[in-house]
Amino acid sequence: MQEWVEACAVDDVDEEDVIRFDHGGRTFAIYRSPDDEFFATDGFCTHEKAHLADGLVMDDIIECPKHNGRFNYKTGQAKGAPVCVNLKTYPVKVEAGKVMIDIG
Amino acid sequence: MTMTTTGTKRDYSLVGESTRLAIETGLASAEWYHTDVPRKVMKELMQRCDGPAIRDSVIWISAILGSAAGIIWFWGTWWVVPFMFVYGVLYGSSSDSRWHECGHGTAFRTRWMNDVVYHIASFMLMRNPVQWRWSHARHHTDTIIVGRDAEIAVMRPPDLIKAALAFTGILDFRYSLPTLVRQAFGKLSDDEKSYIPEMEQHKAVIAARWHIAVYVATIAVAIALGSWIPLMLIGLPRLYGTWHMVTTGLLQHIGLADNVTDHRLNTRTVYMNPISRFIYWNMNYHVEHHMFPMVPYHALPRLHELVKHDLPEPNPSMWHAYREVWPVLLRQLKYEDYFLKRELPPTAKPYRGEFHDLDITAAAAE
Repeated sequence: MQEWVEACAVDDVDEEDVIRFDHGGRTFAIYRSPDDEFFATDGFCTHEKAHLADGLVMDDIIECPKHNGRFNYKTGQAKGAPVCVNLKTYPVKVEAGKVMIDIG
Repeated sequence: MTMTTTGTKRDYSLVGESTRLAIETGLASAEWYHTDVPRKVMKELMQRCDGPAIRDSVIWISAILGSAAGIIWFWGTWWVVPFMFVYGVLYGSSSDSRWHECGHGTAFRTRWMNDVVYHIASFMLMRNPVQWRWSHARHHTDTIIVGRDAEIAVMRPPDLIKAALAFTGILDFRYSLPTLVRQAFGKLSDDEKSYIPEMEQHKAVIAARWHIAVYVATIAVAIALGSWIPLMLIGLPRLYGTWHMVTTGLLQHIGLADNVTDHRLNTRTVYMNPISRFIYWNMNYHVEHHMFPMVPYHALPRLHELVKHDLPEPNPSMWHAYREVWPVLLRQLKYEDYFLKRELPPTAKPYRGEFHDLDITAAAAE
């Protein structure tokens, strides 16, 4: 079931960067790609509990700040050790300058 | 200077009593202290580029090939000694920092460049590239947490003979080669299985087989040529060139606290000369590296300037650091809980109880 929530304003996220969004006891990561698209994933690395929002966005990769594990934040695909489990992604849309994600 | 004599016996196995205690008390996979650095500044520091590592790798590989040529050319004369000195350090010591930085994926921006250098350096070090990638991840999760960290170089009470022999590479060689042979036969130890995920374990076996195959080929070439030169160039530099890696690497954590979750307490930054910093790829800024492992080696001096107000004052030299450590090691022979607690500058946030379970007012030498 769809459940769209407002995560942030468009301007809250720099280009090629990520911010943290907490909602209902869950943590998400909101990304803005170099070509100005928005994406959302779970906020924690699947390897160990580290906030991906403290990591580094490079092109379509988010690198975890703790062990440098890499994911494709568009697809959630884990790109190799030390991350082996894919990241959950969420649908995103932009409406009236707000970034909305479907956490349903 | 105070100390305690509680007589704690540490179990350094990764599947033993200390492991259970570390997990139960929350020391394992804990939240660690970080100096505040604004996101924009950190983002800038974390930026990757290929330029510095390509430059350094060209110098590194050129020096390796040049000194190897010198060894071959001057073999059988005393002139071979300086070339072996250079080649040995480049092969047996600087490979450690290349392995380390490329393992983190921070040296180059381009992933395959990190991977290529990582595998070459792992081979030079006789380290299984799969096993050590995971052991190092654990080292960063649980730095010097007894029963969790697979890379504690000097355990307590310290074995000083073993530490001294480490400079010769003999013990490491004696451990690394049989380990690779065992792994090549498909056998991983319980400790290795504790930090290598099951789905990755077969890769460790394959990597070990490749390494052993190259060593067997090298021995075959040496026998066919009736010459020691192939072995002097491949394998044996792990013995005669490892001293610089040990000299710099031991200082990372030796004599400092264990079982704490603040890198300022268990990790050391040491100012070093430019040659050692090239060989070591700036890992002398080790507190900074542990706090922010995303920052590439070439940005660590900048990071150091930004956070040094919050860190213990660095040792001004390796000599100074070893002079500081030596009496601590001697004391630990009798009182293994004893450690060196380094002073924070007045500008630093204090060591905070909630970031570690150890009572740092006890067992500490200030």
